[in-house]
Amino acid sequence: MQEWANQLCESRQFGSKMTDSKYFTTTKKGEIFELKAELNSDKKEKKKEAVKKVIASMTVGKDVSALFPDVVNCMQTDNLELKKLVYLYLMNYAKSQPDMAIMAVNTFVKDCEDPNPLIRALAVRTMGCIRVDKITEYLCEPLRKCLKDEDPYVRKTAAVCVAKLHDINAQLVEDQGFLDTLKDLISDSNPMVVANAVAALSEIAESHPNSNLMDLNPQTINKLLTALNECTEWGQIFILDCLANYTPRDDRESQSICERVTPRLSHANSAVVLSAVKVLMKFMEMLPKDLDYYGTLLKKLAPPLVTLLSAEPELQYVALRNINLIVQRRPEILKHEMKVFFVKYNDPIYVKLEKLDIMIRLASQANIAQVLAELKEYATEVDVDFVRKAVRAIGRCAIKVEQSAERCVSTLLDLIQTKVNYVVQEAIVVIKDIFRKYPNKYESVIATLCENLDSLDEPEARAAMIWIVGEYAERIDNADELLESFLEGFHDESTQVQLQLLTAIVKLFLKKPTETQELVQQVLSLATQDSDNPDLRDRGYIYWRLLSTDPVAAKEVVLAEKPLISEETDLIEPTLLEELICHIGTLASVYHKPPSAFVEGSRGVQHKRLPGSTGLGESLESPDTGSAAGGSDAPPAVIPSQGDLLGDLLNLDLTPPATTGPPPPPTSGMQLGAMDLLGGGLDSLLGGDLGGSSAMGAGFGAAPAASPASFSAPVSGGLDDLFDLGGGVGMPMGAYNPPKTVWLPAMKGKGLEISGTFARRAGIIQMEMTLINKAMSVMTDFAIQFNRNSFGIAPAGPLQVLTPLSPNQTIEVALPLNTVGPVMKMDPLNNLQVAVKNNIDVFYFSCQYPISVLFVEDGKMERQVFLATWKDIPNDNESQFQIKDCHLNSDAASSKLQGSNIFTIAKRTVDGQDMLYQSMKLTNSIWVLAELRVQAGNPTYTISLKCRAPEVSQCVFQTYEAVLKN
Amino acid sequence: SRQGGLSVLPKDTAAEFSVRSRDRTYVVLAGQVLICRNYKGDVDMAEIDHFMPLLMQHEEEGLVSPVISHGSVHFLWIKHSNLYLVATTNKNSNASLVYSFLYKIVEVFTEYFKELEEESIQDNFVVVYELLDELMDFGFPQTTDSKILQEYITQEGAKLEVAKSKVPTTVTNAVSWRSEGIKYKKNEVFIDVIESINVLVNANGSVMSSDIVGSIKLKTMLSGMPELRLGLNDRVLFALTGRDKGKTVVMEDVKFHQCVRLSRFESDRTISFIPPDGESELMSYRINTHVKPLIWIESVIEKFSHSRVEIMVKAKGQFKKQSVANNVEVRVPVPSDADSPKFKTSTGNAKYVPEKNLVVWTIKSFPGGKEFLMRAHFGLPSVENDEAEGKPPITVKFEIPYFTVSGIQVRYMKIIEKSGYQALPWVRYITQSGDYQLRTNV
Repeated sequence: MQEWANQLCESRQFGSKMTDSKYFTTTKKGEIFELKAELNSDKKEKKKEAVKKVIASMTVGKDVSALFPDVVNCMQTDNLELKKLVYLYLMNYAKSQPDMAIMAVNTFVKDCEDPNPLIRALAVRTMGCIRVDKITEYLCEPLRKCLKDEDPYVRKTAAVCVAKLHDINAQLVEDQGFLDTLKDLISDSNPMVVANAVAALSEIAESHPNSNLMDLNPQTINKLLTALNECTEWGQIFILDCLANYTPRDDRESQSICERVTPRLSHANSAVVLSAVKVLMKFMEMLPKDLDYYGTLLKKLAPPLVTLLSAEPELQYVALRNINLIVQRRPEILKHEMKVFFVKYNDPIYVKLEKLDIMIRLASQANIAQVLAELKEYATEVDVDFVRKAVRAIGRCAIKVEQSAERCVSTLLDLIQTKVNYVVQEAIVVIKDIFRKYPNKYESVIATLCENLDSLDEPEARAAMIWIVGEYAERIDNADELLESFLEGFHDESTQVQLQLLTAIVKLFLKKPTETQELVQQVLSLATQDSDNPDLRDRGYIYWRLLSTDPVAAKEVVLAEKPLISEETDLIEPTLLEELICHIGTLASVYHKPPSAFVEGSRGVQHKRLPGSTGLGESLESPDTGSAAGGSDAPPAVIPSQGDLLGDLLNLDLTPPATTGPPPPPTSGMQLGAMDLLGGGLDSLLGGDLGGSSAMGAGFGAAPAASPASFSAPVSGGLDDLFDLGGGVGMPMGAYNPPKTVWLPAMKGKGLEISGTFARRAGIIQMEMTLINKAMSVMTDFAIQFNRNSFGIAPAGPLQVLTPLSPNQTIEVALPLNTVGPVMKMDPLNNLQVAVKNNIDVFYFSCQYPISVLFVEDGKMERQVFLATWKDIPNDNESQFQIKDCHLNSDAASSKLQGSNIFTIAKRTVDGQDMLYQSMKLTNSIWVLAELRVQAGNPTYTISLKCRAPEVSQCVFQTYEAVLKN
Repeated sequence: SRQGGLSVLPKDTAAEFSVRSRDRTYVVLAGQVLICRNYKGDVDMAEIDHFMPLLMQHEEEGLVSPVISHGSVHFLWIKHSNLYLVATTNKNSNASLVYSFLYKIVEVFTEYFKELEEESIQDNFVVVYELLDELMDFGFPQTTDSKILQEYITQEGAKLEVAKSKVPTTVTNAVSWRSEGIKYKKNEVFIDVIESINVLVNANGSVMSSDIVGSIKLKTMLSGMPELRLGLNDRVLFALTGRDKGKTVVMEDVKFHQCVRLSRFESDRTISFIPPDGESELMSYRINTHVKPLIWIESVIEKFSHSRVEIMVKAKGQFKKQSVANNVEVRVPVPSDADSPKFKTSTGNAKYVPEKNLVVWTIKSFPGGKEFLMRAHFGLPSVENDEAEGKPPITVKFEIPYFTVSGIQVRYMKIIEKSGYQALPWVRYITQSGDYQLRTNV
């Protein structure tokens, strides 16, 4: 027992120290010549030594290809070690000496029939690595034999050889029927053979996505699950990765597979665990949430994910990148595990940064105190990147957890006191975000911030500080001096700072017009006359114009209330997230990019989707030509994947929110992209009535005449144009209103015929009817009543038929409606039962209104909110529809839909397919989120709808169809 | 260009093992490839030349990442002593598999050559090639169990020609970790239960996180193909079987060696297996309970700029009086420009380790319930180092035999072999420090 401890330390000793290093030392002249002689020696031992020298030279990168025939001559030997070396040489040089490589074929064929299985396997393994077309066909027969070899070691090697051969000549492999043999091997009695067959088939299937090779069915799945228990750790990974591509038929099958996969979470190999997590995360989508097993599974996932953090740092890194995805998809799994993400002093920097990211995601009211204490600790470390991220994280916490905001701000102030330059700058950047989130709450700290003005040398921090000064100019006594100090080096500043400075000074001027006229003129002239930057110039002109025509409007635009910023940041767009979940453990999950973004030749490959999401991927077969088709002109990623919160904030902040303008366009804010349009807008602006009625206009004079050629556009009302342009990228069109249909035929109405439709006009829902008297007598005393209905639609006033309706007379009536009536769910949802009374009788009829009349004008969701909401709504609530024969492009579709208050929030183009992300809001504040997929050249659109009240989806779809087709 | 690499990282060497598609295996010596194995064959051999310059560039920018990409090629790398093992791929490879495999290579080579370093690769390049062939085929890892590999790939090729002429059935067996026909005169199995305590304590003395990582290691000296069953006082098992006597332990997460039947454990918590021969880690577990830090440290570190640093450290054994912690080391960070150390300890020895900027206070034997004190005094130069230094924590190392914090116990180890021999299990318990960090204020 005592000795045993010593034995523990002792490791196996190998015999004498006869090393191979001597082979590396021969570097004399005539070396090749000497080697040639030795290779052709009669003595076996000498031959072997010579081959070793050749391989040694090859290893250090010398070209020994000249010895090809001599080395190949040594191939026929009983000595296994020598044979291996010759084969190694062959693999290296066969491609450069294809003609001579033929010499080796006979030996391969012979070796494949050797009584020693090691030699048979060696031959079949090497054969596949010789990428010479001429040879491959000779190898088919030997391979066929080896695939049926009695020894599993040979069979498992032959299985891999099929994949190798397929890589060289796919057609040959198919013609020879090897794929079928490979499929048969899935039922082999030996687990290692099964594992390699699965690996080979998966590899082949990956490069031929449409081959339907794997042909996974419940029977094969069962075989794979059985083999899973018996094969090596690597084999388990191949099988799990293959299982992840299967879509179970129903929730029961899904559950039974999950039950058989969960034991793998206890495997010591992190890669096995992560592949098992992938299968479970994917199949979980199909399980009903109220199922007990669903909850059990959720609980089972957390411990193994946490344990991955004790693995080697590189594996920790992969695990953390994946946990980042998992936390976004299913936050409930790790919500109680905050502590394990605390950073250790000796963690590598890449682990530290990832942990920080996850800490922010998991931060909640319950754990915020601890998190903040940790972040403060990190912010005093020395690694600059880490410290910056920690400071930024404090700001995120403030925005995410309202209760903590005050503590976060005071922590940031403490950090500013350290005077560490980059800490101060980072803190100012995040404080600006906090101001945005909680306006008028923490302005007392402005004085402290201003003290640090001079030390700011990074554009982002300078821009943030300038924003703060402009935004709170009325509370900062020397705001004008502060801003003026920035103005001195205006042209040396980055665009970001210049734009911010311009806006800030205009704000200042609007707040304190008397003292700052000179300053604002100075900045406007710097921005317009002295700048080459079109964005800056455009913005300068707009302000100039605004200020000179209508200062009241200018005030409303520039000082408008800004939309709040959202809590969750850096969220991955939902479709991408789903795809990445399907790629857990792979490089895609590490990069957070779809494989098509970094793997060459994978553009035609289908994007993976989670099973619960009703097979959105099905319609997705995008041909390689997608990008050339011309439909996908816009660069992808409009929804910001958002490494840069501030960038986004600035966008919003540039935005003159149009909510307060004269004719309220239905958007809540125009995107930065709309600035481009102002090129056109400017024409009319400048051409318009310059005189204005401005009180201050006199102080400005006209805007400087820019190159007249570009301002020859027709003259029209300046400011209004601006707002029209702000309305959206496409010109908003009117809402589509369905034509009138007959609701009450004269037969049933005792001569009264009513036809009608519904419309939403200027925010008011109307029932528009045509009443025709087809009877012989006059009709009077009209009145109308609705039955209870799904959305509480009710007449907002009496039916206005003021004069009696004579026989054969027709009258048009518009009845304004409201949505404050009693509610009862109808079937179909948009059914409305109406009673119309006149002097003759009471008549009943039902009609259906397009649900779009209920879409309100402020139904444009903010992007971040959209992302978070999409993620938040369970997948069960998602439904998918197809709209056939639609020939609009995505922009036209977008502007058509906008007419009906269906707002496009973002557009993304992937492989020639446009994806529009849209939102609409019903009068009862139910939000509907949509993803509309438009493929250039394909008249069938696919639409996915997500809503907390999924019942509305069918009606919403009908609206889409009606709007898009008319 | 390689010369440039040499001057920056004179001793550094890289090994590349390409995994999955178009892969190769390289070992670079001073920016030069030491050995490589190309498993698939399409990527230009020259791609690896981009690796070292990119890595150095990233290091300079402070943006080191385990994945580096160059065009469509991705390098996944780990470092071992003076070698870089680099896998190259241009597909969406399974990254966790790649890193697991690279670490497996290190394990196998280390068992073969004792040390994995430049010399051992050069000295054994023939075997290295043979192993690389056996470990992976076309980017798919194959046999990676070094005990099994040693049955048919040996360094003394010539002598063992006969043994090498057949494939050990183990390679493709369902039991791929144990050969048949093993014989011992005396059948014994030694079980080590080792618990490591991980603690992170804040500067103000509150425990931020703590957990126990346990490991059960075996040294098996058993003949034939024995069936083993290990019984622990696992609370879930006790609940399943309805017994509720004695102390039980809740294991948060359990990880098993390949040999343990995972589905069996999942269904009835039985740990049943055919053990690998010799040493192996049978299982590991994590326990997430609040552990009282077994050795509690209070420290006062006062830094008087341009003059001196005064350190006072109090260590207290917060475990049973009957137990003794052995080889206790308390490592206290000091500024890098500190000089002229002076120490005073109530027990043990304090030593200054300037190359690590540490004071190491060693106490050979530390009984439970006792409290000891160490004072240190350092001078600081009048011209101060203006480079910002991090705030390394105090770390503690110790070992307490015959004791586990969690109270885990091996209740039985049943050994059944068809020849019916009697075998003896021996159990030993140790608790030791894991990642044991206490942050300081300085």
